[in-house]
Amino acid sequence: MKFGPLVFLAAFLALSASWCGFVLTPQVQLGRLTQETNSVVKAELYPAGRPGLARQGLEVYRANGCAYCHSQQVEQKGTLVDVMLTDAGKTSVQVAKVLNDAQLGSFSGPSVGAGLPKAVLKGADIDSATILAAALKKAGAGTELRLVSTGPDIQRGWGMRRTVAEDFIYDATVMPGSMRVGPDLANVGERRPDLNWQLVHLYNPAAVNDKSPMPSYRFLFERRKLGQAASPDALKPIGSFVPPEGYEILPKPEAKALAAYLSSLSSDTPLYEAPLTPPAATTNAPAK
Amino acid sequence: MNATCTTSSASDSISMADIDASCRVPVFKLFFCSAVWLVIASVFGLLASLKFHAPNFLADCASLTYGRLHPVATNALVYGFGVQAGLGVALWIIARLGQTKVSQPWLIAVGSKIWNIGLLVGVIGILLGDSSGFENLEIPRYGVVFLFLGYLLMAFWILVTLHHRKERAMAPSQWFLLAALFWFPWIYFTANYLLLSHVPVRGVTQAIIAWWYSGNLNLVWFGLVGLAVVFFFLEQSMKRPLHSRHTALFTFWTIILFGSWSGIPVSAPVPAWIPTLSMVATVVTLVTALSVMANVQRTCAGGCAQAEKITGGKFLTFGTMAFVIAWVMNAVSAVPGISSITNLTWFTVAQWQLNIFGFFAMTIIGAIYYILPKAAGMDWPYAKSVKRHYWLAALGVVLIVLPLAIGGIMEGLNWRKFMMTDVDVARGTLNFLRISTLGELLILLGNLMLLANVTVLLVRYAKLHFLPVYKDAIAELKPAEVKP
Repeated sequence: MKFGPLVFLAAFLALSASWCGFVLTPQVQLGRLTQETNSVVKAELYPAGRPGLARQGLEVYRANGCAYCHSQQVEQKGTLVDVMLTDAGKTSVQVAKVLNDAQLGSFSGPSVGAGLPKAVLKGADIDSATILAAALKKAGAGTELRLVSTGPDIQRGWGMRRTVAEDFIYDATVMPGSMRVGPDLANVGERRPDLNWQLVHLYNPAAVNDKSPMPSYRFLFERRKLGQAASPDALKPIGSFVPPEGYEILPKPEAKALAAYLSSLSSDTPLYEAPLTPPAATTNAPAK
Repeated sequence: MNATCTTSSASDSISMADIDASCRVPVFKLFFCSAVWLVIASVFGLLASLKFHAPNFLADCASLTYGRLHPVATNALVYGFGVQAGLGVALWIIARLGQTKVSQPWLIAVGSKIWNIGLLVGVIGILLGDSSGFENLEIPRYGVVFLFLGYLLMAFWILVTLHHRKERAMAPSQWFLLAALFWFPWIYFTANYLLLSHVPVRGVTQAIIAWWYSGNLNLVWFGLVGLAVVFFFLEQSMKRPLHSRHTALFTFWTIILFGSWSGIPVSAPVPAWIPTLSMVATVVTLVTALSVMANVQRTCAGGCAQAEKITGGKFLTFGTMAFVIAWVMNAVSAVPGISSITNLTWFTVAQWQLNIFGFFAMTIIGAIYYILPKAAGMDWPYAKSVKRHYWLAALGVVLIVLPLAIGGIMEGLNWRKFMMTDVDVARGTLNFLRISTLGELLILLGNLMLLANVTVLLVRYAKLHFLPVYKDAIAELKPAEVKP
């Protein structure tokens, strides 16, 4: 490494390798992702583009650096399987025997059929779940496998599955964030569907979320003297928020857009790369 | 190769004072501007930090919201101080080691001018809400163009200076600087072109490229330049070459081969191979930290006190230690199991601060304290404040990094307690953040001392060299007595 060209060559090769790895290959693999039918509801395309106002809201989110405190990436540790018994079949004694042999409790013929559908095996890995399901099926029972995502983020209620590349394909600026000063927002639209809550929370976070350390975004709102009638857009009382006497608080267009963007954030749709069984799924949902 | 022992070898060699004098224009310009940006960075960092004491502080002004103050602080620190002062120190080291005068010093100063215009425009853009939304790349398109051109102008003439070196064989510091000079325009152009051009890449590829850029900037660029400075001054103060060039070579290779793959968080919403590869590379950078530690320790051979004797030497020692700790923190926090706790918490901010401020900025500040008096040919006006600045900055770094690291680990553990509400977890970090505000304040005070010192030095220089010329020029001429 005594001479300039050698050093240059080394740097060139190392950087080319990393460039090919983390710039070129991701672009080849992910750069042209399109809408895709998801695995559970075949007719539904995912993701649906965001409404226009929400797309403007993304710009407000970017301009005000929301991503410095909020991530949009739900982490998932793994997937566990619940085996649901949907039908005890005609030979419930045999079904009970299968369950008893697998040491899943002590069942008798009639007690197996009580309270269906019920989970007979919870949080199993996919292999033992399929073995049990096959055995139950052989004994004449109807079974269903339910996929449940696991991990701290999911248990915290930030989402039902991990966030994947597909969730972002329509966003002009992708901001998955790098810090969680506050909670993850990947599914905040599901958690907080109320637009008024979102707006009041932006105006004064502590009013709806007691002791919240989030800064206020008052500059997105306008304080106006109350006229003859209240404006339809004005913030409505919620939590400890009440507009000051004789005034009303109106969201500026940026605030409305940001709230629309926040309520559009939802990434719980089951996908091939992140399968799950939605909790409200009907019993005939195909198990993957 | 040691700069101090080769001057007498050739009869045509240029004296050290001449070399230092040839650096004067660009080094004055680069160091003064970077000292200003350093103060700006700490003022904005302090303002952003105050938001954690009072969430409604300055809430009526869009430009002063946390999400705009914070990127201004980081951009001022990284581009205003880091890259700019880094190039200044690189220039001086390259001229010194190469025993050659700087080529086109005025053009380098012009490059710095363009760079500063771009940065100023960019920072104003961020304050007005034009941030690009990508971390470390927030400067909007119209600022980036200036930054890129300014960099090219500066780097080109630094490379020409390197090319004119008398001793063809390169010292370790020179490898590191040469690689870094090429590295930045490539990553900066790639990231900005693919993210901010009229047809940017789509979807999470954007995020991957932004992470890739940040990893390359924070670990590779700052690592290469900072270590070049550390190695150079180590040789300088110990008056002997590095203990092992081979270990330095090993350090070099591990940085460029593995550092360049780091930076993608484990939870990234991308195909699993990407964070996995990044995790492996990041863990491997542990050997980089260890190899630097071993090399520095052997070179000092127990006499580390000697390394601190040069002006600014304490900063360099602190920077070296911070490098090792920051890189170990980075490698360890990539290990699966640990990463799922530290990822996306204040721990990562602590690591970033330790790497950028504790290691890089401290090292470069030390170098500035050493170089500027030599380039100016005069001593620091407030020599005692160098030591005071050191203690303020060292204490400041500790008060930022330690609380944030502990707070970050607690935060990561608390996110796993499902009974704790989101607000409670967030509030759990507040006291740690409030201690770090004190650190920001100390750092600001120290940076003001640096700025005062640099400004007064330049004013004195101007008084000494320009004032007589100016006075001569405007002096009233007495009519010559004409003798018949």
